[in-house]
Amino acid sequence: MSQVPDNAPEHCPGTGSEGAGSADACAGCPNQQICSSGVGTTPPDPDVGAVRERLSGIKHKILVLSGKGGVGKSTLTAMMARALITLNNNTEVGILDVDICGPSQPRVLGAQNERVHSSGAGWSPIYVCDNLCVMSIGFLLNSDDDAVIWRGPKKNGLIKQFIRDVNWGELDYLIVDTPPGTSDEHLSIVHYLSTSTSTSTLAAVVVTTPQEVSLLDVRKEITFCQKLNIPIIGIVENMTTFVCPKCKTETAIFPATTGGGPQLAKDTGLPLLARVPLDPTVARDCDSGLNHLTLHPDSKVTQMYMKIAEQIVEYCNGKKQQ
Amino acid sequence: MTSAAGPNATILEGVGQTVLVLSGKGGVGKSTVTVQLASALRAAGHSVGVLDIDLCGPSIPRMLGLEGRDVLTTPQGKWVPVYVDEDQRFSVISLAFFLDSKSDAVIWRGPKKNAMIKQLLTSIMWNVDYLIIDTPPGTSDEHISVMENLRSAAVLGAVLVTTPQMMAVGDVARELTFCRRTGINILGVLENMAGFVCPNCSECSNILATGGGEQLAVKAGVPFLGRVPIDPMLALCSEKGENYLVKCSSSPAAATFKALVTTLTPQSDNQMEVEK
Repeated sequence: MSQVPDNAPEHCPGTGSEGAGSADACAGCPNQQICSSGVGTTPPDPDVGAVRERLSGIKHKILVLSGKGGVGKSTLTAMMARALITLNNNTEVGILDVDICGPSQPRVLGAQNERVHSSGAGWSPIYVCDNLCVMSIGFLLNSDDDAVIWRGPKKNGLIKQFIRDVNWGELDYLIVDTPPGTSDEHLSIVHYLSTSTSTSTLAAVVVTTPQEVSLLDVRKEITFCQKLNIPIIGIVENMTTFVCPKCKTETAIFPATTGGGPQLAKDTGLPLLARVPLDPTVARDCDSGLNHLTLHPDSKVTQMYMKIAEQIVEYCNGKKQQ
Repeated sequence: MTSAAGPNATILEGVGQTVLVLSGKGGVGKSTVTVQLASALRAAGHSVGVLDIDLCGPSIPRMLGLEGRDVLTTPQGKWVPVYVDEDQRFSVISLAFFLDSKSDAVIWRGPKKNAMIKQLLTSIMWNVDYLIIDTPPGTSDEHISVMENLRSAAVLGAVLVTTPQMMAVGDVARELTFCRRTGINILGVLENMAGFVCPNCSECSNILATGGGEQLAVKAGVPFLGRVPIDPMLALCSEKGENYLVKCSSSPAAATFKALVTTLTPQSDNQMEVEK
């Protein structure tokens, strides 16, 4: 991954190149030391072959991203997976939870007490139903209170294992749930997912809530995607309004002072996939790992998630035809 | 004034007591709690500082209406925090002040973040009674670095913020384990976004379930610091950078924050007396 940063001096050889840190142009560059220390250079990873092999059976890889925490990435990931299956029952979907310090997928999918089994073919992911499997660090911890106090390199190692050593099999979609931020986990997962040479899709869905405090971080995440050349399928605005279960009044709990998701979509030229309202039953179903889509097939939230899934399918099929 | 930032620079010089605001989960209101707690301490007559170590997603400047401000550097190479008020008793440092534009992303791996945190902890000219540190979600690089560096500083303890759902409580339970392992005092658990009162019919909906924070506090044997209900006004004030405690001084949320200050301060006064 040799890259020339935007603000690099003229004739920068690129951060990952052989001449990084030692070329003429590097003299006086504030990052010269970092480059020459070899941090930027990626020696040929011996596992690339194995990673590529595993990924060869996966058609579409979708990252669920948001710079901000608690906007509903995990909820969207699980709902999207279930909605994709509801649309077409022959779809094989996998969920990979790379939130190492705060894994939520085991709870949202109702698989909290499951443990990973390993076989000759690698670690078996947990099957929530016939065509939905999931892998998360939550399945490797001894108790719910166990803290994973790891610095970056260890997290990266585990993420690699999640791709290299897990027997994902043939999947139509692999949906990746990420932690908030733009740091180790994100760089690693993108690095490994983009090693696959097949013509499969790698794209991102960005989640936000309407407030500027969330949009601030989400803009950073969009910059992150642009820098790493990941196409963005669209933006999902979550928690748009709250509908009082008693009097049906809609209240904007998180006020969109700067236009919220629609304005962000306009500014960035990205499609707005849906605006999902805040619904207490969703929080409840997620806490107990129930499938909201089948329990409340008529709710507004369900409709919105189905709409998102349809657009994902459309995007991925469109990509294939090109 | 001693030396400038070096390998043995003093950690948090000029700070009376430090309070950490932690949560394993994102979006539960760490930054909001940080800002409100700081404002409440300020209103109680103390001088306060806020240090935002959420490097990838700094929110504090927006919440205090300080976007676009710059950090000044002293001739000794120290940074002067950005002041919120005119009499300079409320000061803030955040990485957002060092970025060129709102959409600039800080795409850093651990080692770079650690170096930045070390620098933020050593090279700022604080002159405050209380410093509140706002953290990113998780139990990783930022947290380990802060804990390592804070060993020599006066730390009052950590306030853990959660929302009532089990999904958040689970992550906060992990953060509790982190605090225990790193030996930091736990001041208590604060439950944010507990219930929403419909402005039309006054029906209180527990949007995100209920009681999770209190259960966690009981189970872990730590104090429960109270509940902050969902209040669109609080979200609005955070958006516009207005002072919520002044604007809605009689709201239940404001009362919780003021009570929080009283639980935190006498404790520290006693400690100071002991020291004397």
